[in-house]
Amino acid sequence: MRRFKDNLLRGLLWFSALLTVAILVVIVGYIFFKGFRLISLDFIFGDYSPTGGGGIWPMIITTIYTIVISLLIATPIGILAAVYLQEYAKQGRLVKMIRFATESLTGIPSIIYGLFGAVFFVATLKLGMSIIAASLTLTIIVLPVIIRTTEEALKTVPHQYREGSLALGATKLQTLYKVILPSAMPGILSGIILSIGRIVGESAAIFLTAGTVAAMPESIFSSARTLTVHSYLVTQEAGDIELAAAIGIVLIVIILVLNLLATFISKKLNKADY
Amino acid sequence: MASLPIENQTTNNRKSNKKKYFLENVSSKVFLFCALLSVFSLLLIIGFVFYKGSHPFIAEGYSFIDFIFGTDWVPSEDQFGIFPMIVASVYATIGALIIGVPVGLFTAIFLSELAPKSMAKIISPAVQLLAGIPSVLYGVFGLAIIVPFLQNNLGLAKGQSLLAVILVLAIMMLPTIVTVAETAIRAVPKTYREGSLALGASEIGTIFKVVVPAAKSGIMAAIVLGLGRAIGETMAVILVAGNSLIIPTSLTDSMRPLTTNIALEMGYAFGTHQEMLFATGIVLFSFILLLNFVLAKISSRGGN
Repeated sequence: MRRFKDNLLRGLLWFSALLTVAILVVIVGYIFFKGFRLISLDFIFGDYSPTGGGGIWPMIITTIYTIVISLLIATPIGILAAVYLQEYAKQGRLVKMIRFATESLTGIPSIIYGLFGAVFFVATLKLGMSIIAASLTLTIIVLPVIIRTTEEALKTVPHQYREGSLALGATKLQTLYKVILPSAMPGILSGIILSIGRIVGESAAIFLTAGTVAAMPESIFSSARTLTVHSYLVTQEAGDIELAAAIGIVLIVIILVLNLLATFISKKLNKADY
Repeated sequence: MASLPIENQTTNNRKSNKKKYFLENVSSKVFLFCALLSVFSLLLIIGFVFYKGSHPFIAEGYSFIDFIFGTDWVPSEDQFGIFPMIVASVYATIGALIIGVPVGLFTAIFLSELAPKSMAKIISPAVQLLAGIPSVLYGVFGLAIIVPFLQNNLGLAKGQSLLAVILVLAIMMLPTIVTVAETAIRAVPKTYREGSLALGASEIGTIFKVVVPAAKSGIMAAIVLGLGRAIGETMAVILVAGNSLIIPTSLTDSMRPLTTNIALEMGYAFGTHQEMLFATGIVLFSFILLLNFVLAKISSRGGN
């Protein structure tokens, strides 16, 4: 009886794992199968055409804009915030409050960020539906990711490094940017890569803050579509699954490359001799 | 420096020390400021959403009870009841939990306890990729595969339904549950397993009676995080929900959860209608805060 139960459970464990893999294979496989015929250089580098057959270059540029702008703001703030939490702060109420806020930000669904962005950045700050409004919203979304990963990276820097540097007469600040931050760099980098993945995959918040204009953005103050929003709109409005899947291929390849890069960097981190 | 008279040297040192201390002081203030920005952002988000969302009830005389329990959402006729959407959100989330939790948990157990190394090496990156796929693509997949499948096999007029939403959300919460639960199970000390095996328990018996209970708080955290992902999901759900404004009574009913209500109407809403969408956001927010609270309770208990 016990053996029967054991085998049944063992079977269920195998089944679940295989099911998870099967789901991934089916989803990725379907998207590649459905979309690959559209993939070509013209599709990737071509301008959008409302009559069909055009490319997705404007959406790629828009996506790159959102990545660059939000990281330009979120990375320094996130790293310095993590430095404060790990290196400067005395553990106490204030740190607890900051940690709670960071964790709460992680849990907020992107549609709420979208609502906030739409009323604060778009309306109150009068930025209008624009790339900059979306990027500022995305900045808040990725901030906790960067803070958390940087904190983890700082934790792995051995105490002797700090003590050695301070003993040699370096100030806390000198120790920070000459010793601590360079040794934490791989961890910080993989945090930034994670954030890029989050930005590329985001849709609801961008949909409400950047609008849906399907054209090459003239500046960061123009409304535009990212790849994910484009993929959503062609499905919802035109039912064009093939086009949505082709955009999906581009997105999945980007995510795959980012994942590999993050793994590569964290492997390097583990090999580093400390 | 050596050629300078002693007084000069000390004033020089003092000067550079002053500059150093000043820099140290300023930089620590800057770091503190950056750290406080996340608190500030959170307060700003909560403040704006709650201010906008509570306005109709405070200043315009709408009843909050009617808003929560009202069954009609007709903005053009000034009727704002979101009860069907609350029910839809709750049903969809619970349904996704019923499917997603066992599969995700069992996959996590398999990965940490049973999987041969070579298999774990394939499955773990696969789960990681599943986590990274943009949510829109889950919606596209759901609309292209799951919806027609349900339509054909259950003989529905329209495949966009509660069941389609449940299936898509269950898939989407899988990677969260797998990765968090796997980490928790791996953290259970080896000695627990060895002790149990030494007492004559079987491998499977050890896993389910010793290892899993020991990782309970981490597993609960995994479930709560998965739940958060499901209840907040928007774009994928719009594509497969059908968006009918009725209280779903069966798995095959088309429905509209809270999140999609916001995304669908925010584009053209203004005035009270727009504020009511923020009020919808408050309800969603309250669910999430409740989950965060539960999560904090669980992880503080796990810490002990």
